[in-house]
Amino acid sequence: MTAIHKILNLFGDLGFFVRRNLSSLGLAARMFVAVIARSGFLLKRPRLVIDQILFVGNHSFVIIAVSGLFVGFVLGLQGYYTLNRYGSEQALGLLVALSLTRELGPVITALLFAGRAGTSLTAEIGLMKAGEQLSAMEMMAVDPLGRVIAPRLWAGIISMPILATIFTAVGVMGGYFVGVPLIGVDSGAFWSQMQGGVDLFSDIGNGLIKSVVFGVAVTFIALYQGYEAKPTPEGVSQATTRTVVISSLSVLALDFLLTAMMFSN
Amino acid sequence: MRKSAIDIWVGIFVAIGLLAALFLALKVGNMNAVSFAPTYKISARFDNIGGLKPRAPVKSAGVVVGRIANISFDDKTYQATVVMTIENAYKFPTDSAAKILTSGLLGEQYIGLEAGGSDDMLAENGKITQTQSAVVLENLISQFLYNKAADSGQDKAAAK
Repeated sequence: MTAIHKILNLFGDLGFFVRRNLSSLGLAARMFVAVIARSGFLLKRPRLVIDQILFVGNHSFVIIAVSGLFVGFVLGLQGYYTLNRYGSEQALGLLVALSLTRELGPVITALLFAGRAGTSLTAEIGLMKAGEQLSAMEMMAVDPLGRVIAPRLWAGIISMPILATIFTAVGVMGGYFVGVPLIGVDSGAFWSQMQGGVDLFSDIGNGLIKSVVFGVAVTFIALYQGYEAKPTPEGVSQATTRTVVISSLSVLALDFLLTAMMFSN
Repeated sequence: MRKSAIDIWVGIFVAIGLLAALFLALKVGNMNAVSFAPTYKISARFDNIGGLKPRAPVKSAGVVVGRIANISFDDKTYQATVVMTIENAYKFPTDSAAKILTSGLLGEQYIGLEAGGSDDMLAENGKITQTQSAVVLENLISQFLYNKAADSGQDKAAAK
């Protein structure tokens, strides 16, 4: 093979890489629109969504609450050490509340949600596909996008903001437990500084918007990976791995974009 | 539709979520500062607003009576126009004075209203004419240094 062939091959590889990724992105976008378009019937059968909320929401509750508590503890301790250096440990409440409502609440919840709920969604859908259950549904004229994917997507979109809110609230309480009874920051200053600095709409509201966006992203990536998985045991395991990697990275990237838009004034 | 155990568990989950949201709104956020009482607007012009921001409180005798709605720059007079919304329950005389103050040494800035003696009260779109600008720390320090330098210059002149 001559040098010119090698160079041409290199361009070919690059082109193939770009084309493959673009087409899978297009496939995902089409699937997203198709799932949303088929969601109307869920208003008539909310039971399907409720069952899935139990699966992705309730069962994630314990890990979210416990992580929130410990993140709050650590924020309280570390925040106190740093603030104490400048003699402004009164601002501990503000520091804990702002970091939780703006960033840590939505982001850590989304990462844990991807690990706890996203992977099980991918594995479930992937095994359904491997067991040809999805094909069997199509044979019975039941649309798997509407019957299987849509309820899970909506359950994720509903559960994620609830979980993020619980995470933030538990985290603030954790920061309070470490800061006030344990270290001895003044309780009144802790809460009043917090209330003075945390805005209902620009901090708590934007955190909620973030968690909804992350909920859509993580749940849809998990469902897409399951739906497009190779119908083999290896295929399902690879799809589960990809779910965690892709959804974690997209949560962090989306977080940067959203923060830049929301808090730049 | 029959209620099942799943409904109860999901209901508990959603209720905990709502409680958490309520906790965030009331205890963490400034929900109690969001007032839905009817308000009227008044405006004032300042030479320098310092670090004053929209939604900062307007206080009279230390009590919050309103909030800053809007801050804009007027290129006719080269002054800042601050529009405040004051709760209808509180009326101020037309010759009241507005000052930009700072809560604590490094706290946020707010507007302090001092009532005047007039019998006429400020109404919707009323204007406060007596204003005092924010204290800019740099100006204060440079003034202090300038005075110091002037003093020591005089001392030297007196010694000669």
